[in-house]
Amino acid sequence: MDDSKITVRNFNFYYGAAKALKNVNIDIAENKVTGIIGPSGCGKSTFLRSLNRMNDVITGSRAEGRVILDGKNIYDEDVDVVEIRRKVGMVFQKSNPFPKSIFENVAYGLRINGIKDKYYINERVEKSLRDAAIWGEVKDRLYKSAFELSGGQQQRVCIARALAVEPEVLLMDEPASALDPTATLKIEELIQELKKKYTIVIVTHNMQQAARISDFTAFFMLGELMEYNITSVMFTNPSKKITEDYITGRFG
Amino acid sequence: MIKKKQLTQMLGFNLLRICALLVILILAAILYDIISKGIGVISWRFLTTIPTDGMTKGGILPAIIGTFLVTVITAILAIPLGMGCAIYLNEYAKDSIITRLIRMSIRNLSGVPSIVYGLFGVILFVQLMNIGACVLSAGLTLGLMTLPWTITASEEALKNVPDSYREGALALGATKWQTIKTNVLPYAVPGMLTGTILGLSRAAGETAPILFTGAAFYLPYLPRSLFDQFMALPYHLYIMSTQHHSITKVRPIAYGTALVLIALIFTMNLFAVILRYKLRKVKTE
Repeated sequence: MDDSKITVRNFNFYYGAAKALKNVNIDIAENKVTGIIGPSGCGKSTFLRSLNRMNDVITGSRAEGRVILDGKNIYDEDVDVVEIRRKVGMVFQKSNPFPKSIFENVAYGLRINGIKDKYYINERVEKSLRDAAIWGEVKDRLYKSAFELSGGQQQRVCIARALAVEPEVLLMDEPASALDPTATLKIEELIQELKKKYTIVIVTHNMQQAARISDFTAFFMLGELMEYNITSVMFTNPSKKITEDYITGRFG
Repeated sequence: MIKKKQLTQMLGFNLLRICALLVILILAAILYDIISKGIGVISWRFLTTIPTDGMTKGGILPAIIGTFLVTVITAILAIPLGMGCAIYLNEYAKDSIITRLIRMSIRNLSGVPSIVYGLFGVILFVQLMNIGACVLSAGLTLGLMTLPWTITASEEALKNVPDSYREGALALGATKWQTIKTNVLPYAVPGMLTGTILGLSRAAGETAPILFTGAAFYLPYLPRSLFDQFMALPYHLYIMSTQHHSITKVRPIAYGTALVLIALIFTMNLFAVILRYKLRKVKTE
């Protein structure tokens, strides 16, 4: 694929002696939603966290192979990991607002990147909250604690926080798994909106969700990428028996 | 059948209740004894004058000042060093055999008897470093004794900060130091300070570590520098209740000293509680 934003080549990942990812090769398309599915413990979260080197913080972990973002291997020695994480944003499974006001949550990434211009910060915070489809719900209480919001609202504030630093890729680790159906729907609609500007990689446990929101789907199993295709093909005509078994709910 | 279960439960609860009451009763008895016998001698004069007539009359000002100065030195050593060490261990150090060994040593050091610290202080500060027996030596000795407590309490406070705060900040492109400074320490400092102040209040009441490192039996003047000897409340109490030539005569002074010491420690602990409460309130706002 020529329009790929991220190219992963011969990628292996280890937690100590345990091999969590086995020779993964995948091309992630720009401005598309790529869904990652697979049973628990198949390495989908590990794979996602390899794309912004969040796994670096786990002691005893080790990566092999290449993850090429815009032509540059992010595992090269001369790469500034801080810069990678700014470019590749992340939304976590459990919404994790900081114990600060809604405004300060969204402004956090700007402040740590050294931006002091108040006017600019105000503008970015508003824009990010609008893009995360939560501005209307929080604009009158920006200076209240983010903890006062509902789970779904907190998750969207976390999305806004990730958007504020203007990333190019957005990684989402089961962002709706802890939310009720209404909040889930809102997040899914939001993802469709966001893919116009961002490349999105989303891990999901929910097959229907993957079918609804992703353009491409990757199926992981025991650390291996079993199958990767356009979502509509994957869900109607999988090429492997095991993929079909998983998608149809025969195991997992 | 149900009746038997309820009976067992009632018995169990009451047994626990008696345990709790017993502890409170003992504490209350001690406090009552000290307050009732000590309150009579407490006066402005008692708190602001030096002992006279072979310590049978006069106040305990040198002891109050001495304890205060020594505690300040202890704090200056134990707070930054303890917090820094805890931050390093919890945030930076990788889990290796060496860090485990360091942790184990720290835990064990907190169990070392205080008299051993006293001896160590004499050898290191008074003799080897040639500081002499003085406020500084005693404060540093108490500081060493407090360090394991400060480190352990600070590490616990850091552990209580959820990892999601760290990961969230790192994922936004924060460096490790930025993450710690802006998204870990603000939430850990209240707990760190509380633990530290409790450690300090324990140090303020110690006798053994200052026994050889600078505390004086009797001084008719206040310490003029950190290199002077000093009187201290716990040591003064020890002397007044066991070493004085007419113990029965100075019993009220001993009780008064005990009351002042307890009040001091209580105030410090109260300060720790208020500080934690205040800072916690700021955090959730």
